[in-house]
Parts: sequence; C-alpha cells; structure tokens
Amino acid sequence: MHSLQGVNTMQNIITIFLKEFKAFFFSPIAYVFITVYLVITNFLFFQGFFIINQADMRGYFSLLPWLFLIFVPAITMRSWAEEKKIKTLELLLTWPINDIEVVVGKFLATFCFLAISLLLSLTIPITIAILGDPDVGPIIGGYLGALLLGAAYLSIGLWISSLTENQIVAFILGVVMTFCLFMIGNPFITMLSPSWIVPLLTFLGIGNHFESIGRGVIDTRDIFYYLSVISFFLFLNIRSLESRKWE
Amino acid sequence: MSTTNSVILDVQKLNKRFGEVFAVKDLSFQVRKGEVFGFLGPNGAGKTTTMRIVTCFIPATSGSIRVDGQDIHEYSLQIRKKIGYLPENTPLYNDMQVNEYLAFVGKLRGLQNSKLSSAMDAMYQTCGLTTVVKRQIGKLSKGFRQRVGLAQALIHNPDLLILDEPTSGLDPNQIVEIRELIKNLGKEKTVVYCSHILPEVSATCSRILIINEGSSVATGTSDELTALSGKGNIYRLRLKADRESAESKLSTLPVVSKVKVESSSDGWLQILVSAEGTIDVGEDLFKCVVQNGWSLAELRRETTSLEETFAQLTRG
Repeated sequence: MHSLQGVNTMQNIITIFLKEFKAFFFSPIAYVFITVYLVITNFLFFQGFFIINQADMRGYFSLLPWLFLIFVPAITMRSWAEEKKIKTLELLLTWPINDIEVVVGKFLATFCFLAISLLLSLTIPITIAILGDPDVGPIIGGYLGALLLGAAYLSIGLWISSLTENQIVAFILGVVMTFCLFMIGNPFITMLSPSWIVPLLTFLGIGNHFESIGRGVIDTRDIFYYLSVISFFLFLNIRSLESRKWE
Repeated sequence: MSTTNSVILDVQKLNKRFGEVFAVKDLSFQVRKGEVFGFLGPNGAGKTTTMRIVTCFIPATSGSIRVDGQDIHEYSLQIRKKIGYLPENTPLYNDMQVNEYLAFVGKLRGLQNSKLSSAMDAMYQTCGLTTVVKRQIGKLSKGFRQRVGLAQALIHNPDLLILDEPTSGLDPNQIVEIRELIKNLGKEKTVVYCSHILPEVSATCSRILIINEGSSVATGTSDELTALSGKGNIYRLRLKADRESAESKLSTLPVVSKVKVESSSDGWLQILVSAEGTIDVGEDLFKCVVQNGWSLAELRRETTSLEETFAQLTRG
C-alpha cells in the first residue's frame, strides 16, 4: 500500500505538471513572453558585445537577475491567482490529491517553461563560440546559476500568487519580493548596514550566490542556499493552501 | 426501514463558524444509499458551506461526518475518491478541450489507459457530450459546461454525487435537460442535490432536508413536508352551474374544508376549493362536476403547499 502511494504521488505530480505546462502554450502569452525575453536579452548582450570585444558572457549574466525580477513573476502570477478567481481551486482540492503534489507539479511546470526560455537563448554562447574562443566554465556556471536563481524566484512568485486572486497584484508583489531578496546582499545595502549584520545579509542576498556560481566556481554552499530558498517558499505555498482550513 | 449500513453520508451535530458567525449550526442528517437527497434552503442558508465540509475542502468547527462509516478527517483521501462533486457555478479550466479536461480529471482519479478511455467514452454518452469532445471549454454554452461539470464528477463512478445548484444560470430548456440527466443518474447513484429552487427539488428528490440560517428546520419526503404546513391544497375551478348548488355539493366532498365563490359572470363561476391533507382531490372534484352535469372550463391546483411549508419555515 505504501509503495503504491509513492507511485500515485509521482503520477499525480506528472499529471498536474503536464496540464500546467501545456496551459502555458494554450494562450499566445507564452509565445509573446519568450519572444520578448529573447529579443531583449539578445539586444542588451550584442549591444555591448562588439564594443567590449571580449568573448565572454559576463555582461549577459550580470543582467539576468534584473531581467528575472520582471520575467519570473510574469510566469508565476497566473498559477494560483487564476484558480482562486475562477474557483477551480475548490474542485482541484477536493480531488483525491495531496496539496504538496499540486504545488510541486505547478512549480516544475513553471521551471520547465523558464528552462526552455533559457535554452533558446543558447544562440548567444553559440555565436560567441563561432566568433571567438570563450572560456566555457563561466558560461556553464552562468547557466546553472541562472536556473537556480530562476527556480528560487519562481518559488517566491508561486507563493505570492497563492495569496491573492488578482494576477496583477501577484505580479507586482512578486517583483517587490524578489527585488528585496536580491537587494539585501547588494553592496549598496551592506555598506550602510552595521558591520555585524553584513555577513548575514551577504549570505541571504540572492544575487551574491548567483555571482559566485557565475564565476564558474560551483560551491555546495551556494547550491544548498538555493535549494533551501526553493524548499522554504514551496513550503509556504503549501501552508497558504492549507490556510483555507484555519479558523 | 433504515439500517446503519445503508447510510452513506452521516452528518452529526455539525458546526461551522466564520469569525463570530455560525454558517452551519448543530446540523444533523443522514443520506441513505440510492436516494436522491434534496438539500433545500434560501441563499446563504449554509448549503454550500456544508457541502464544502463534506467534500473535505474546509474542515468543520465541530461535529462528525462519516461517509460509508469512515470519518472524513481520518480518511480524507479515501473519502474524496468516493465522492463526485460539482460546485456552484461549475468552475472549469476554460482553456482546455473537453477531452483533455476529462482525461486530466480521470488521471487524477486514478484511471489509466484503457480504463480511462472507456470511462471517458461512457461520460460522453451519459452526459451528452459527443458533439463537443474537441471543443474548448471556455467556448461552450452554459448547458454544455454543466454537462462537462457533471462528467467530471461522474468519471470515477463515485458512490456519492454532490451537486451544488446544478441548474443555476441555465435557460428553461437546459434546466429540463439537466434535471432529466440527474433523474436518470439518481436511479443508480446516491445524489445530494442542493438548491434554493423548490419545484426542482420536489421534482427530483425522494427525500428533502430544509435548512435555514445553518440549522435543519424540517426533513422528510415531499408529501410529509407538505403535511407540515397544516394547510392542504387549493384548487381553482371555473364552471357553469347554479351558485348555491355548486357551493353545497362541493362542500359535501369528504376532504374539502372550504368552498369560496370568487366571482361570477354569464353563469360562469370562479371557485376556490380548499382541501385538507396532502392527497390530490382533483379527480374527486372532477367526478363531482360530471355527476352534477356542470360545464367545466378550468380545474387546477393553485399553490402546492410544499411552497407554503418552505416559506413558513425559512421566513423571518
């Protein structure tokens, strides 16, 4: 019976995942989103690329956390808010599935969507490789970092989306929330803070971990940091679904 | 008549409080296997809240609910497998196609491969969806949306089907269609049918519970509830007869309590006849008219007194 339960959990997650992932492509929003994302990133990259005349992607990866601030909440804003608004959530949560299966399924769907956007931006490193002789380490590290950073932002955005039934509110709060988490480790903030709290802020700030992975150095502490952030916000997401049961 | 093992849904002393307000207060009722159970009450009486608790969407403040003898807290997942639920206003994923949606629900209900496709085919037949299988749900008419909602609730062949206001927002033709569908389902399944529309419940349900402000106010068959009001049926007749003899002849009928002539013109009398009890005396009235050789232009039952009961119990 217990082993069967595990199989069911996997099947439920896959079912939710496939439905959510397909839902991105039912509407034209997904295509618009990917196109805009690619046009902006390519433009910003190649604008400076020929001036600096260096075969690396440092400029690209330093832009990503900022772009993700806007793009990731745009991916997640709909996930729960829409279900709450049109009340499909009531039906979904009375089917024989666990809350965690729905949360994980939705998270994986948004993650795959983000991964596809990143995959399509591989034209940039391919172009660089044709034109020059780039150092592969930082590029691989940069993409890995981008996936982890994106996943962390997604888990935040999903949690925010579960708090409201208004997509626009979910988007704006998502931007604000990810921006805060990005800024607390920024030198701009740490310079102004009392010195005893600086190491904590530097550790909590999401951007610093991204930069160190982006240098091509894969540190378990950074991976651990991202996995913790993701788990924490997915946990909050499950709790917010349960909040309907609170008095 | 009822033994414990034939009770499929057993609600005991259910309370649900939102802040200071009790949405459901000390509500107890039992639904027996195979019956179509009407859950009747005005808007805001606590019908939807009760159904949300039974379907494990929200917990109760206190009280116990058993489905097939199992407590819904301990066996939430198992019980959700036995229930098919159609919430109010039929929430559906508008961007999915009918077949995609039913496949999605079926999979979450544990159906796979050949079982899934045969269950889906059965749903297309039962719910009359064969013409819209590939259509996008958001583009369907309300009647078809309702059918998709029913298919969703039925696909896993549930023991207990819970329908919350299944005909709201439909046009009269669609209401008749959906009502027929539910009647047919009721032949094989246990159905809990929530509605604020009385004729609907009395037409489809074998037993009715009336609730008001979160508490049960009456329960029984349609006839039993009618008897509760203490008033019988009222019939309106239009006939050509001598006024006095009509009055006296009609009054002598066994169950008739009052005969009142409302108006008369050109020899046609408008008569209101009050009858005691719940038995339909239409036939007796007709025979009386025939025996006396009167001409009859109209004979109809004025108000069904179940409406009276409902009004009395839920007003004020």
